[in-house]
Parts: sequence; C-alpha cells; structure tokens
Amino acid sequence: MSDGFNESPEAAKARRRRSLAIALALAAFVVLVFVVTIVRIKGHVVDPGF
Amino acid sequence: MAETAATPDAAAHAAPARWQDYVALLKPRVMSLVVFTGLTGLVCARTPMNPVLAGVAILCIAVGAGASGALNMWYDADIDARMRRTRGRPVPAGRVQGADALGLGITLSILSVGLMVLAVNLLAAALLAFTIAFYAVVYTMWLKRSTPQNIVIGGLAGALPPVIGWAAASGSTPLNAWLLCAIIFLWTPPHFWSLSLYTSEDYAKVGVPMMPVVKGAASTRRQILAYSLVFVPVAVAPAFTGLGGGLYLAVSGLGGLAFIGLAVRVFLGRAGEAAGDRAEGLYDVKANAKDARNLFAFSILYLFALFAALLAERLAGMPALRL
Repeated sequence: MSDGFNESPEAAKARRRRSLAIALALAAFVVLVFVVTIVRIKGHVVDPGF
Repeated sequence: MAETAATPDAAAHAAPARWQDYVALLKPRVMSLVVFTGLTGLVCARTPMNPVLAGVAILCIAVGAGASGALNMWYDADIDARMRRTRGRPVPAGRVQGADALGLGITLSILSVGLMVLAVNLLAAALLAFTIAFYAVVYTMWLKRSTPQNIVIGGLAGALPPVIGWAAASGSTPLNAWLLCAIIFLWTPPHFWSLSLYTSEDYAKVGVPMMPVVKGAASTRRQILAYSLVFVPVAVAPAFTGLGGGLYLAVSGLGGLAFIGLAVRVFLGRAGEAAGDRAEGLYDVKANAKDARNLFAFSILYLFALFAALLAERLAGMPALRL
C-alpha cells in the first residue's frame, strides 16, 4: 500500500501514466468540441435555413 | 450497495491502478455491442448526416454506455467481490476506489449527454440520458436485487441504443426504430437466463434474485422457450416493415429457426438442475449445462447477425423488401 507522500516507484509510475491518460482525454475532448463547433457553424453558413 | 466494504484487504494488497483499470470500468465488450446497434440505428434512419457529427453521436452513445458500466461497478462492488465472474473487476479487486468509479461514471454521463446536445440534437441526448439513468438507477440500484424480472425490465437500457442512433440521424423515432429496440428487448431474457441457468450458484450466494434462483430451473426453461417464440417473429418482422431486405429475411428466418431449436432443447433438457451428490454429479452438471451454453453462445451470434445484415444491406444499397 502506498500513499501520496511515500509511494513506491511502481505506484508513482502508475500515477504518472493515469495523469497522462487524463490529460490526453481532456485534450481530445477540447479538440472534439472545437471540431463540432466548426462543423455546425459551417453547416449554418452554407445553409442558413431561411 | 456497500461501497467497497467487501474489499479492504483487497485494497491493501492491490497493485496501483493502471489506466487500463479505468477502461475496464467502462465494460468495453458491452460498449462494443452498444456501438454496433447504435450505428445500425443511425444508418437505418436513411437520413444524410455529416460524418463527423455521426461519429460524435456514436462516440457519445459509447461513452454513455461506459458511464453506465462504471456506475454499475461502483454500486455492485459488494456483490461483485463475491462472484467468480466479477471478483477480478477493478473495484472489488481494490485497484480502483469505489468513489473514483462513481466520479468517472458521473463525469462521463454529463460529458456524453452534453456533447450529444451540442453536436447532435436534444431528442438523442434525452434518450441517452434516460438510458444511462435507467441502467444505473432503475436496473442496478432497484430491480437487480429486488425482482426476478430484473433483466427483463432492465433490458430496456440495452435495447435503446439503436433508437438513440436513429434519433441522432433523423431527429425522430419512427416505429422501425422501436422495432429494433423490441428485438434487443425480447432477446435479453433468453440470452441472460440461459447464462444464469449455469451460473445461478453465484447469484444465489449473493442474493441476486435471478429467475433460476427464485422460480427454479424448470420455470426458467419454460420462460426461455416462451420468450424465444415471441422474440423470433419480432426479429423477422423488419423484413415486412420496409426495414430489411432479402438478406435480412434469410438471416433472421434461418437463424430464428435455429434459435427456437436450441430453446426447445433447453426446455426439454435439464439445464440448471442440481446434479445431486452422485459420483458422476460433476459430469451431469456439465452435460446439463451444454444446451444452455449453446443457446447463450448462439444468441450473441444471432443478434450480431441480425444487425450486421441490416447494416450490410444499407451500406451496399440493397433495397428493402416490399411485401
């Protein structure tokens, strides 16, 4: 068992990998929202609907 | 639910959580089936859709299903820890804290529904939110531990993805979308009960009232046959409602006959019966379980074949039957 102050090298490595995975997931989400926004705005510009 | 009370020892000796453990919380195998049926619904809607938005819709369905899985694993950690099939899951094994699974489930629920609203439409998002809530609250927290009809009613959550996909593409849910939902809904009881006929010991041990535990094996076998006789005609029905074509009719018809044949074998057999304490008891159990195992395995193949046929017909531009 490890804690945040005296964790084993194995636990520290696993924590770094989890942090990296969260960072990548957040970055992917930001990119996704950006792409969706562009696609939707483009759709409205091409077909303004009136 | 007992948080992770069943697992303090496991937590003390567990390896540190890897990112793969968080992926396991999302039940990737269930997620893949949900993605497949959701995609089929989306394609069957025959409504042109921006491919990026279509991809986002499927992603939202997948993440929503994963969120449901994480919430289910958080709530069921106490009984998961005591069943052979589930005791290696990240929460009962102590690799992930129950609170972390809960946090992941809630976060992904909000993100998937929110993104569906932004990228697709309100109807698809509302159906996704309903599906997550139904699986996590109605099935997991209420039905699963209180009634042998748990997987019958709870099966609605697993049946809704094609409707969500259809709504994402077209903004509406016509009868054909609900027909796809009915197929999965009626498939669920024979599928799960055939599994539970040879895993009921585990369910009995943890007090989950699966049908064989509460009503006995004979009643379960009768109900498997009854549901199969209702399910197969509904599975063939899309060939007559302008949804499926010749390929679908062949797959659903021939597969349906095989499905009923296997259900009849289960009905006539002794699957789920205790083998007694005879010396050859162990082999009796295995022989008894064979029919149920065959039906369970074939049910997965049949459902996959039904949706694959619909998908193939749409992607190949094959016409639906006009009968």
